[in-house]
Amino acid sequence: MSKKLVMMAVLAAMSSAALAEEITVYTARAEQLIKPILGVFEQETGIKVNVVSGGEGPLMERLKAEGSNSPADIFMTVDAGNLWQANNLGLFQPVKSAALAANVPAHLRDPGNNWFGLSVRARTIFYNKQTVKPEQLSSYEDLASPKWKGKLCLRTAKKVYNQSLVGTMIGNYGVEKTERIVKGWVDNLAAPVFPDDTKMLEAIGAGQCDVGIANTYYFGRLLKKEPNLPVGLFWANQKLDGVHVNVSGAGVTKHAKNAKGAVKLLEWLSAEKAQKLFADIDMEFPANPKVAPNPVVASWGKPKQDLINVSEAGSKQAQAVMLMDRVGYK
Amino acid sequence: MQLEKSLPSTRHSPPPGAAMPAGIRRRLAIWPARLLVLAISLFTVVPLAVVMTSSLSPDPAIWQHLLEFALPELLRNTLLMLLGVTAGVLLIGVSLAWLVAVYQFPGRRFFSWALMLPLAMPAYVLAFAQVGIFEFTGPIQTLLRPHFDNMRWFPEIRSTTGLLLVMSLAFYPYVYLLARNAFATMGRRALEVGQSLGLSPRQGFWRIALPMARPWIMGGVLLVVMESLADFGTVAVFNYDTFTTAIYKAWFALFSLDTAKQLASLLVVMVFVLLLLEQYSRGRRAYSQAGRTAPAPRLPLTGWRGWAASGIASLVLLLAFVLPLLQLGYWASRDFANQFSADFIVYAWRSVLLSLLAAVLVTLIALVLAYLVRRDGGAIVRLAARVATIGYAIPGTVLAVGVFVPVAWLDNQLIALLGLGGEVTAVFKGTLLAMLLAFMARFLAVGHSAVDAAMNRITRSHDEAARNLGVSGWALLYRVYLPLLSGGLFTAMLMVFVDVMKEMPITLMTRPFGWDTLSVRVYNMTSEGMWDQAALPAIAIVLVGLLPTILLSRQRDVA
Repeated sequence: MSKKLVMMAVLAAMSSAALAEEITVYTARAEQLIKPILGVFEQETGIKVNVVSGGEGPLMERLKAEGSNSPADIFMTVDAGNLWQANNLGLFQPVKSAALAANVPAHLRDPGNNWFGLSVRARTIFYNKQTVKPEQLSSYEDLASPKWKGKLCLRTAKKVYNQSLVGTMIGNYGVEKTERIVKGWVDNLAAPVFPDDTKMLEAIGAGQCDVGIANTYYFGRLLKKEPNLPVGLFWANQKLDGVHVNVSGAGVTKHAKNAKGAVKLLEWLSAEKAQKLFADIDMEFPANPKVAPNPVVASWGKPKQDLINVSEAGSKQAQAVMLMDRVGYK
Repeated sequence: MQLEKSLPSTRHSPPPGAAMPAGIRRRLAIWPARLLVLAISLFTVVPLAVVMTSSLSPDPAIWQHLLEFALPELLRNTLLMLLGVTAGVLLIGVSLAWLVAVYQFPGRRFFSWALMLPLAMPAYVLAFAQVGIFEFTGPIQTLLRPHFDNMRWFPEIRSTTGLLLVMSLAFYPYVYLLARNAFATMGRRALEVGQSLGLSPRQGFWRIALPMARPWIMGGVLLVVMESLADFGTVAVFNYDTFTTAIYKAWFALFSLDTAKQLASLLVVMVFVLLLLEQYSRGRRAYSQAGRTAPAPRLPLTGWRGWAASGIASLVLLLAFVLPLLQLGYWASRDFANQFSADFIVYAWRSVLLSLLAAVLVTLIALVLAYLVRRDGGAIVRLAARVATIGYAIPGTVLAVGVFVPVAWLDNQLIALLGLGGEVTAVFKGTLLAMLLAFMARFLAVGHSAVDAAMNRITRSHDEAARNLGVSGWALLYRVYLPLLSGGLFTAMLMVFVDVMKEMPITLMTRPFGWDTLSVRVYNMTSEGMWDQAALPAIAIVLVGLLPTILLSRQRDVA
């Protein structure tokens, strides 16, 4: 019986060659967050979109190994650091598109137009509304001050979001000052670092700690579930360089079989309709400044963004990781 | 008792009357079998080679950093984890197996199969559920908090102790399953002889049962050690840095695949040395059954002893299975309506199909391997068989790259050779066949441990008797070994089946387009911290993986 099953399955897998236009997307963004949006594109254009999801590291190795025989037309991932790395490995091709240039602000895309930010997330400060007044807060640097001793919660330094935050801090302040700040954070920790942002926000809500740093959309999703959570959002560094932002983004792969279709999909993703979907499904900020965020997100206000090019996070990532190792931020 | 006595080697003198050519023929006949073993081991050797091939010059800046700030702690942590988890699984797994195999106590039949259930719980899911239950924001501390000034006295679950407990609870079933198998097939006579010589049951355990179950128990411990070494998800929940953490850090965070590969090579070498040491220490002892006899009546544990036995078994089952399942159920209930759809049946069907095929393939190959090693007994064959099982100790994502690269290479060559460039992008890539072979590279150790241990129960006299009746070669395997090995084969299939159900990195890397399984669903959800959504597929893995387990094991567990 099993032989027959294998044969059937193998045949089924092999006979998937289709005649209609197709675009294949390799994505390190979680499938459930991107598929609904791609589904709308399929409906509108009649172009079929294949999605292959996985971790960003393995997907990049996959693209490398497949070389010119890769079925992928687009590589999509979160975090500018990852996009920078994919570009470094030569996995993208530059794209000339007036629509993309108009829809995606310059600091949210690769200077060489190899990849484009499609949604924006800010990594900012959250606080327990019962124990902290927003006036007590100001900047990432302030969280290193002794007044927060035993009151700070952080996510693990292994998450790329923190590596990017520290990377851009190195870009803005230099290594020495950044190292002092991160060391201060570690000294202030109230609990072992958390494996994800959601857990950390819940810990702030439960009073395990008073303040912490997290991505805005985790807060948005958590509020959907627990509207009464006593956690507030504070825009960091508004009197300084602005709050740290990062992107999820995508680029056309070097060996794309359907590069034209891929550009079309990227343009579509940066235009109004898809941007609105990004904003609503994921609770992220649209990359396209012409599109308004979801009302919940809009209610948090419009922060001043750190305009350092997000690709800086990538080029400084290794440095940031080593810095965090040195001060014992795990 | 023939416990320590070494037995004559496999090679037999030619039967009387046979001329020399028969001997030569037999010697020549060994070679196809040897080549087969080497071919099987290639499926692991090639991915290993990919993993271990890096530029020879280490990146000095990164290595210096790692040596100064990471490696000393990592090595200490890794060693501590291995020792702690080994102690944990030995304590839980062996003692429960012994209780269930030898004694009679309230609920014994139930526990006999129920204690296998935690096998279906992916370790990192167990970790997340346990942390969810016991951490500051979890239900227990939340309930207690209003009644105390502060909760500082409450033990921190996200600690080394917490990790060791959770890992022991997640991995003990390997040892339990194998040890139970050993105790059940040991034959009563050995213990009875011990009793007649005046050994108490406890002395019988230490001096007879434990030494005789050694290959099984060591096989289980080796699996646990390899899985702990390769683990990334569980230690990540506890933010506990191990050697594998460093591999991922070098790869993903420092963008130095070369350093990651160099670290992985070190890991492979360490595991290989470990395997050789284990094999060497096993030496030439024999572990065969001292006669097949009807099972002796179980020793009744009466009064408080009986209830204590049930209590211990219940506690383990509660912590390793029931509580985390309840926590998952609670999470799933918060978003059930949005999550459950007909697609689930498709995911479950694929998971079952894949796991079943892989279980059959891996067990079959493990059987062939164990049989050929036994028949041949030569050093090359032993070595090749050992190498073939190392895949289990390689971090999943790293091995996934190791298996994908050669498949993609082969495809590229074929496409170039056939001039199909531009039209076709895959030949073997994304087929079930490639997927199954990748699973073989990963899980051969799991199948091998059970089959290889079971092989020990077959005496040379079985071989001789069969040969005298004219049964030899593959017929010997089929007609004599197979029936004797059925328990071991069943254990092997069960463990591989459940392991494939839980597997993520290789599934993600090698599956056909859009071929989501339950574990892929779990991956997608947990990668975004969406536990309410991950809980349902996780429960499905547990349930789908378990139903066959329960049915089959109850059928077998008449003894």
